[in-house]
Amino acid sequence: MNHVRLLYRLIVRPLIREPARTLVTTLCISIGVAVVVAIDLAGEASAGSFQSSMESLQGTATYEITQVGGVADRVFGELSRLDAPLQFSPRVEGYATFENTGERLPIFGVDVLGDSSLRSGIGMGLPELASLSDSQPVWVSESLGVDIGERIELTLNDRIDVFTVQGLLGASAWKGSASAGLVVMDIALAQRVLDRIGKLDRIYVTAIDEESRSSESAIRELLPAAATLRRAGVRTDENRKLLRSFRWNLQVLSYIALIVGAFLVYNAVSVSVVRRRPLIGAARAVGMTSGMVRAGFLAEGAFFGAVGTALGLAIGRGLASVAVELMGRTVESLYVSSAPGEIAIRPWTVAVAAFAGIGVSLASAWWPAREASSVLPTEALAGARRDYESGTTSGKWAVASLVCACVSVALCFVPAWDRVPYAGFLGAVGLIVSSTMLVPKVAATILRLASGPLLRVFGAAAMLGSRSLAASLDRTAVIVAALSAATAMMVSVAIMVGSLRDTLLLWMDNQLQADLYIQAEARAGAEDPPTFGEDAARVIQALQTVDEVDRFRRYSISYEGLPATLALADFNVHRSRSRLQFLSGPDRATVIDRLVSSKSVIISEAFGSKHDVSVGDSVRLPIGGGAEEFEVAAVYYDYSAEHGYVIGHREILMEYLPDERLTSLAVYVSPFASPEAARSEVIQAIGERRLRVARNRELREGATVIFDRTFAITYALEAVAVFVAILGMAGALVTLVIDRRTELGVLRAVGATRRQIRRLVLTQAGMLGLVSNAIGCVLGVSLSVVLIKVINKQSFGWTIQFHWPIGLLLGAISVIFAASLATGAYPARVAGSLDPLEAIHEG
Amino acid sequence: MSVLRFNNASKNYDLAEYSVPAVRGMTVAIGEGEFVALVGRSGCGKSTFLNLAGAMDLPTSGEVLICGFSTTGLDDDRRTAIRRERVGFVFQFFHLFPTLNALENIEVPLQLAGRDLPRGRALELLELVDLPGLGDRLPHQLSGGQMQRVAIARSLANRPSLLLADEPLGNLDTETSATIMNVFRRVNSELGTAIVMATHSLESAAATDRILTMRDGRLISDSAPEANAPGL
Repeated sequence: MNHVRLLYRLIVRPLIREPARTLVTTLCISIGVAVVVAIDLAGEASAGSFQSSMESLQGTATYEITQVGGVADRVFGELSRLDAPLQFSPRVEGYATFENTGERLPIFGVDVLGDSSLRSGIGMGLPELASLSDSQPVWVSESLGVDIGERIELTLNDRIDVFTVQGLLGASAWKGSASAGLVVMDIALAQRVLDRIGKLDRIYVTAIDEESRSSESAIRELLPAAATLRRAGVRTDENRKLLRSFRWNLQVLSYIALIVGAFLVYNAVSVSVVRRRPLIGAARAVGMTSGMVRAGFLAEGAFFGAVGTALGLAIGRGLASVAVELMGRTVESLYVSSAPGEIAIRPWTVAVAAFAGIGVSLASAWWPAREASSVLPTEALAGARRDYESGTTSGKWAVASLVCACVSVALCFVPAWDRVPYAGFLGAVGLIVSSTMLVPKVAATILRLASGPLLRVFGAAAMLGSRSLAASLDRTAVIVAALSAATAMMVSVAIMVGSLRDTLLLWMDNQLQADLYIQAEARAGAEDPPTFGEDAARVIQALQTVDEVDRFRRYSISYEGLPATLALADFNVHRSRSRLQFLSGPDRATVIDRLVSSKSVIISEAFGSKHDVSVGDSVRLPIGGGAEEFEVAAVYYDYSAEHGYVIGHREILMEYLPDERLTSLAVYVSPFASPEAARSEVIQAIGERRLRVARNRELREGATVIFDRTFAITYALEAVAVFVAILGMAGALVTLVIDRRTELGVLRAVGATRRQIRRLVLTQAGMLGLVSNAIGCVLGVSLSVVLIKVINKQSFGWTIQFHWPIGLLLGAISVIFAASLATGAYPARVAGSLDPLEAIHEG
Repeated sequence: MSVLRFNNASKNYDLAEYSVPAVRGMTVAIGEGEFVALVGRSGCGKSTFLNLAGAMDLPTSGEVLICGFSTTGLDDDRRTAIRRERVGFVFQFFHLFPTLNALENIEVPLQLAGRDLPRGRALELLELVDLPGLGDRLPHQLSGGQMQRVAIARSLANRPSLLLADEPLGNLDTETSATIMNVFRRVNSELGTAIVMATHSLESAAATDRILTMRDGRLISDSAPEANAPGL
């Protein structure tokens, strides 16, 4: 108890007496923790279930039967006659746009009469047979805010249909978010309105008892070769795998602000140790052990961590609401149509926050605490003031830095493990550590070189500021390291995202050659696009203003346990129109010849790298006989989907997937017609069909908007890290002013004006910003190579061409520099208002 | 002409509940080229006297004139300008700028005034304080006496009319103190700079031209060194 009281008096009380420093340090940690918590919560909420909306009504099913292009109706009939304790639930699935609100709703076609377990599961009564023949009855979730008997309009694929609300479904009826809406209708109606006559999208199999689990082989015997029987919910696992890289990357980025905060805790505790040396000496002289001293300063670190964690949890919960929207839209656009769930702080969240906040703070305080425990009472009591004499500018640190850099580079050559580039991440962290070791030496060199020009341009005060900064590098280097790490991450991400953006734009230039692109208007999930009839394509093709059309259809497939897309394209059209860029394979004409004349496909780079497939290899596609082999004719550059594409010639693949409906139609306008005239003609020709006719430019702009939205959160994370570093810099500058107040007082005595003192501090702020920017830029460029060539490549499988977003970089660096200069304003004011007499006498 | 004149100058420090008079109604004049010792017990007001004399502080009442310029009513910038152009300071703990070498320390006051001290002049000052050849040494590479001599040279860089030294020998041993006194004496005689030196050392005070004795903020004696300083 006495020890606690002593620690309180020696550690906590000084912190209370310096509220500004305590507040800044705590705030830095809390922001770091908040970002980690926000990303964790948002990740869980937006993609945490990893479950497609389509699996909301999975119930307790054991297996699911699917087939690319749909399972034939008759299969369900045959399965139902199987003499086994099994229950089969057929599904037709799709999406519709609710015209009242524009909301996208999953549609489930179920056997409303026969499937009693489903009905009881979702709280749906047995409908009267007569009601099914009414005007298209549907059961909708209460959250839609409609009443029983109300007529609602839904856009499905390329047309609007009117339905009558037969019943309402409670929020607890299905998996997923309570706020998410859904529509249930009879399976026959769903087949009709979704243009799936004779087809089922899924058959769920529920085992009644343990014995029935052995009926798997009996089921298989009844299935067509192309159908797949697998454990229900496997798609969720596949989505989880696919999204892992996306979440990993965001989580790693979220830790940057915390790492920056750790630097600042290190600095804060270091300052405490330096300031309290006489106190430590006195305490040691009257019997405090070195262990108690160490514990005391560790307690200071823990104090910052604990308060920062508590605050961070609260702030993080608030930030998560913003983050979940950003992440949710990205997941929605690029991965799976999973409605965001509730943001909930669970014990795990608290554990992560505590580990991040208290753990990181304790680790950061360890070294200064160790230093404090080694203070000799005699030395401290003699009043020998010294800063940290860690010798950080010595040659051994340069050697250590070099070794660390070499190890980091070597790590970049280690392949990903289970599709996550762990070694690449470690390599990136290693490079940051390596540069941190060099910060004091590099900063000292820059400051030394700068003092002459500063004297000539800004006068003696500026020169003295630079020199004084150089003398205090053993402590301020930590702040430079923090800001340079944050700047480096900002620079590297800006280069990586800028390069990816430019690569994407270039790729779109090659890929999007058509003048108009046509899609069904209904909103759908990324994995299940709406379709429209071939008749629309024929009508459009016949128009005078239209030269050629390219029919495109895509299906979601599962390939080696991961989601992928199988697409059908008309490569005869590509022969004259396409400018597809191949990563490997023969020339374009040869590739197209093979595609139109043999069982060949082209694969996207992401698909190739995920499944380790290259030109000449075969891919076994789950169509036709169940495992049709197609030869890979080429690997092409693609940046539209992380899960990867397999594209084959429409005519050939139609033999296995004889559904003529299309996902999109690329329209090449006649050279004698203007795209605008053609668009008008197309719109007129499609009549009542709900099709969206987009100009080439609109499609590109749409893609760019999705891209920018996807990376908005990345930039936000970097900005937070920079903000934390800048905040820490302001605190460090105030500390520097207080520690050097005697020097400032003497300067005043020998003739420095208040303005000159302010200029001195502003010079220090500016030089801290400049040095951090310089180191941050060099480190940032190195990190961008790791991000582009290693982490991105291993995570997403995309080849990104290096592009320098000069404008963005200059802007970011200028903002960081201006912000660092601005942080000098308050410390400069403090320094300018110091009473020189007091300052000199305190020295 | 007086380089320093106190006309019934007083200085009170306001504490939370009461006011402490540090200097009470002092009237004294220091002439050009005088070497004056200011003696008295700790807390008698010597440092406050020097602060007023160096325009570091303003009198609560009365007037302080430095080289004929009254500090009363002057803003901080003007007082800084007077200090920069007319006054030099030497402190007990030297207070050299640790990041600058000896020569650079000497150059600072003029650089702050936006002027350059010719290197030859800086070297001359180093010679004057008996430190030839040590110009490139950083403070931590110098002994206490050497640091104080650099501090004296620094205080002379702007050719001040008045040099104020606050216990300049307080942190030095006897032998070094004697050396520093010789430097002061040389500065006083060769450059004609008036010096006011606050000291506890009667022996050092005896080596000056005039001794001002203070007690409880008042000037109680103004005498030549051969006379006894009462009350010490």
